Amino acid sequence: MTKDDGEMVEEQKKKPCRFWIWALSSVLFRLILISFSGNLNLSSRPEVSTPLTSIRRLAEGYWLKQASMSPYAGSMYHGSPLLLSLLGPLTVQRVKGQPSHLFCSLVFVIADILSAMLLRGIGKKLQMAYGLNARLLGLVKSPRDKGILPCGDIAALVYLWNPFTIVCCVGLSTSPIENLAVILALNGAVTRRVPLAAFGLVMATHLSLYPAILTIPVIFLLGYGLDAPPLKLFLQTRNVESENRSTSSASKQAKSKPTAHLPFLWKTVVHFVFWVLVWSLCVVVLCSLSLSKHGGLEEMFRRTYGFILSIEDLSPNIGVFWYFFAEVFDFFRNFFLIVFHVNILFMLLPLAIRLKHRPCFLAFIFLAISSLLKSYPSVGDSALYLSLWALFVNELADMKFSFFLFCGYLGVSLLSPVMHNLWIWRGTGNANFYFGNAIGYACFQIVFVVESVSAMLNHDRALKRCNSNHQKVEN
Amino acid sequence: MARTVLTWWIPLLILQSFLLAIAFGSNEVEEEFSESLLLKPLPDRKVLAHFHFENRAPPSNSHGRHHHLFPKAISQLVQKFRVKEMELSFTQGRWNHEHWGGSDTLSSMNAKPVGVELWAVFDVPRSEVDTSWKNLTHALSGLFCASINFLESSTSYAAPTWGFGRSSDKLRYGSLPREAVCTENLTPWLKLLPCRDKDGISALMNRPSVYRGFYHSQRLHLSMIDSGMLLEQSLTVVLQPDTVYDGKDLQPSWSLSSLFGRKVVGKCVLAKSSNVYLQMEGLAHPEAHTLLKNEEFELSIKPDRTLRETSSVLFIFDIDKSSDSEPFDLSLTWKLPSKWSCQQAPLHASRFLMGSGNERGAIAILLKATESQDKLSGKDITNGGRCRIKANVFQIFPWYVKVYYHTLQIFVDQQQNTSSEVLKKINVSPSADKMSSGMMEMMLELPCEVKSVAISIEYDKGFLHIDEYPPDANQGFDIPSALISFPDHHASLDFKEELSTLPLLSKFKDKSLVRSYTEVLLVPLTTPDFSMPYNVITITCTVFALYFGSLLNALRRRIGEEERFLKSKGKKTGGLKQLLSRFTAKIRGRPVESPSSEPTAAAQSSVLSSKLLFKIILVAGVAAAWQYFSTDK
Repeated sequence: MTKDDGEMVEEQKKKPCRFWIWALSSVLFRLILISFSGNLNLSSRPEVSTPLTSIRRLAEGYWLKQASMSPYAGSMYHGSPLLLSLLGPLTVQRVKGQPSHLFCSLVFVIADILSAMLLRGIGKKLQMAYGLNARLLGLVKSPRDKGILPCGDIAALVYLWNPFTIVCCVGLSTSPIENLAVILALNGAVTRRVPLAAFGLVMATHLSLYPAILTIPVIFLLGYGLDAPPLKLFLQTRNVESENRSTSSASKQAKSKPTAHLPFLWKTVVHFVFWVLVWSLCVVVLCSLSLSKHGGLEEMFRRTYGFILSIEDLSPNIGVFWYFFAEVFDFFRNFFLIVFHVNILFMLLPLAIRLKHRPCFLAFIFLAISSLLKSYPSVGDSALYLSLWALFVNELADMKFSFFLFCGYLGVSLLSPVMHNLWIWRGTGNANFYFGNAIGYACFQIVFVVESVSAMLNHDRALKRCNSNHQKVEN
Repeated sequence: MARTVLTWWIPLLILQSFLLAIAFGSNEVEEEFSESLLLKPLPDRKVLAHFHFENRAPPSNSHGRHHHLFPKAISQLVQKFRVKEMELSFTQGRWNHEHWGGSDTLSSMNAKPVGVELWAVFDVPRSEVDTSWKNLTHALSGLFCASINFLESSTSYAAPTWGFGRSSDKLRYGSLPREAVCTENLTPWLKLLPCRDKDGISALMNRPSVYRGFYHSQRLHLSMIDSGMLLEQSLTVVLQPDTVYDGKDLQPSWSLSSLFGRKVVGKCVLAKSSNVYLQMEGLAHPEAHTLLKNEEFELSIKPDRTLRETSSVLFIFDIDKSSDSEPFDLSLTWKLPSKWSCQQAPLHASRFLMGSGNERGAIAILLKATESQDKLSGKDITNGGRCRIKANVFQIFPWYVKVYYHTLQIFVDQQQNTSSEVLKKINVSPSADKMSSGMMEMMLELPCEVKSVAISIEYDKGFLHIDEYPPDANQGFDIPSALISFPDHHASLDFKEELSTLPLLSKFKDKSLVRSYTEVLLVPLTTPDFSMPYNVITITCTVFALYFGSLLNALRRRIGEEERFLKSKGKKTGGLKQLLSRFTAKIRGRPVESPSSEPTAAAQSSVLSSKLLFKIILVAGVAAAWQYFSTDK
């Protein structure tokens, strides 16, 4: 994938309109695949559809609702009631008598396109900020430097052409919509549209709970501004460079008040919190309206968040929890549930402290961690964090093990169907085959997260070193 | 010797019963017991034997808690759990609807699903029904030496609303297809009879011959009626008479002694009536004058009465006259080949699984038209001249078969039908994981000329926790039988003569719903590796430790210091020496003089790093000192 990116980037530089050709061709590719979706049978792959994102379960929930039962009756549907009202009618559409998911697929294609466009927007802002900071630090002289890659275009194309995204879109899992909500939150925060950011965050949390941890990076984004090198560098740089033409909020603040303390825009954050409350209220009211005849909100929280947190469904997926909780002794079940969920929360604070100056990157790391430690992960989550990773191609250019990781992801995604087939369909393998694959996937994700974090920290160090060298030379 | 003792005992028992009769003579209603045996040759060269025992007790308040004939264990059940009606059946083998009959009373009452089936209606408030059910299963489990207590968990029983044929919200239904039925279940069942299997008709129940049969089903039906309690116990056995094939295509001839290896020696003295019936179907000349002297077959004993029904003839034998010297040994000898067919249900139901692999599949119920349908189609012209067959389907799904009800498809004559045309009513209660089993009730209304109806529904196979698998996990899991009933069709024997009060016949004369159970399905589920729990726990925890440790390490690492440390290590050989020099440098308050090629960068960051190193060394020193002093003491 990284190789492809490189090639794509080369072509990008030559012709800016290439982006649109690639984007359109990805949409066409999806549409072609959708016409064969019946034969591909992707929607039943455990890698694509988890109990939370499966369209079949959604259709079952909708059927139960139509039969004037609670959609959560039975243990089929565990998603949001709003999604049920949105997508449910599309699942019963019939073409030539056969139930067709064509309309659903189109919704997912549109969601993918929107996500890509929003990612492009985020990338453009980040690219601008990167160029600006580089000039402020005196690393790059000209404003139109060729060394800075158009990370927005790259991220959008990585998102559109990532096989994981395509598989999720064609395989009719609801993760494109969850991803769209997450990207919407980030885009809102990057472009400082506070209501949009709050809406995205609330919807993402409502749909899959885990994006709740994105509150921290979004608040940082709104409070401190876009990703930038550590503030200390600017302070050191200012001693050297007398004039400072800045538009970035962080450097502006730094100019006005030369302290080591980064200014925090409390007003925006309070504004954001207010909007979060407004949107949450809306979501809660809408949910309670749609479930008023049945179990109400209590049942909804029990069947969605409770289902996520208590890992009741032990059907195999690409995570490791299903097998762990199928095998662990009942006595320890609660203990391990707590340990694994707290594992996500434990890393939030250290990461937030260390990467405070790079809130977008922090959001990416949080998403990667949550996709690693999710109860029911799918490749859709990987697709999201991989495309966010592409936003930082400039910073993470010298990331270690990138080829190894690329091969690892490729190998796991090829081996996973094989192992599943051996175990489930042929019966010649056993559960350990598939679990081993899942463990391998978890390890690759861990290496990916750790290497990304250390590459980013090394990049900051390199900037620092470069900057100090620069100073020495000027002195 | 034993025979002489018995001959002494019988008059004594009779005397005792007389005395009891005198003692309670003032009471109008008495406890009654009657026994009967129905024999029926089947078209496929087999013989059906249906034992029926009926035990009536007046309302319990008239006699207090004392019973003469009625089993005390059962009356205690009724008192304790307020059972209004209950039926328990133990079955082995599958009833062959095509050859043994599908729409007569015998098959609709006694063709039961494999294993144990229990349903009960309670007379308690609705909230207490489940508790009563649980207690009842435990009591019955102990009473019949069977694992009926497995029906206690909410994942194994259901509360049918209308699909079962009995509308009551206090009805609970459960079945255990896996239960192996054997003599250990028959013995406690026989213990409920006043004469056990020592005397009367029940003496025929020779265990080897009963369990050698193709089908046996022991049933216990308890109901509260106006005149007290009614306990019906019946055992239905399908046996193959031992005959050598003579090449003439004759039906096999048999006698009671050849079928059971025993003979009836007198009736149970406590029984009010004790009869043997022989039902002959498909006779060529069912006129009365040809029945006894005919060319087709010959009976060894002259029947006491002969009853004619629309399609069959019933010979009634009284076994009062038999005695030790002259045991009752009915035999039937065929003289001419004879062929007939049984009454069939309007549709023949079968059920099968579709799909392969252990991830998902589909259950299909296939209803096929039978020969009798042509006859029915003339009869049942109802609404608007269009002939319709109504069929109810009642099906329980265990929770690990996760059914997608929206995938329900109905094919009428191999053409997919939009549900509303055929499906008149559907009631679904979806299963909750590890909480409750799912239930589906459907009412189909089919045109009479229909040839086949297929109902298919898709499901995902669940993945269970390692402890939830039975010891033989790879054998698979059973889906209980579906029940197909035809609410417009009733089975009853229509006698031309007026009947005296013969219990079995009056039972047969009552209309009963035509119903048939489908096969039990065996679903193989994926199994985890049962030997792996420790490995899985350790490997998974290692992976998470790797994640936590390496990420935390990446976050707190200082690259500059490490580079310096490595350089100084490369310069100075001794680790202790280096440490000492560092320590002295710290004490002097001066940074370590590092002879690196770029001293500027090192000097810049050494202030910070030396501070940290100093802290580390200080902590280490404190720790070492503390360790030293603590061990010294």
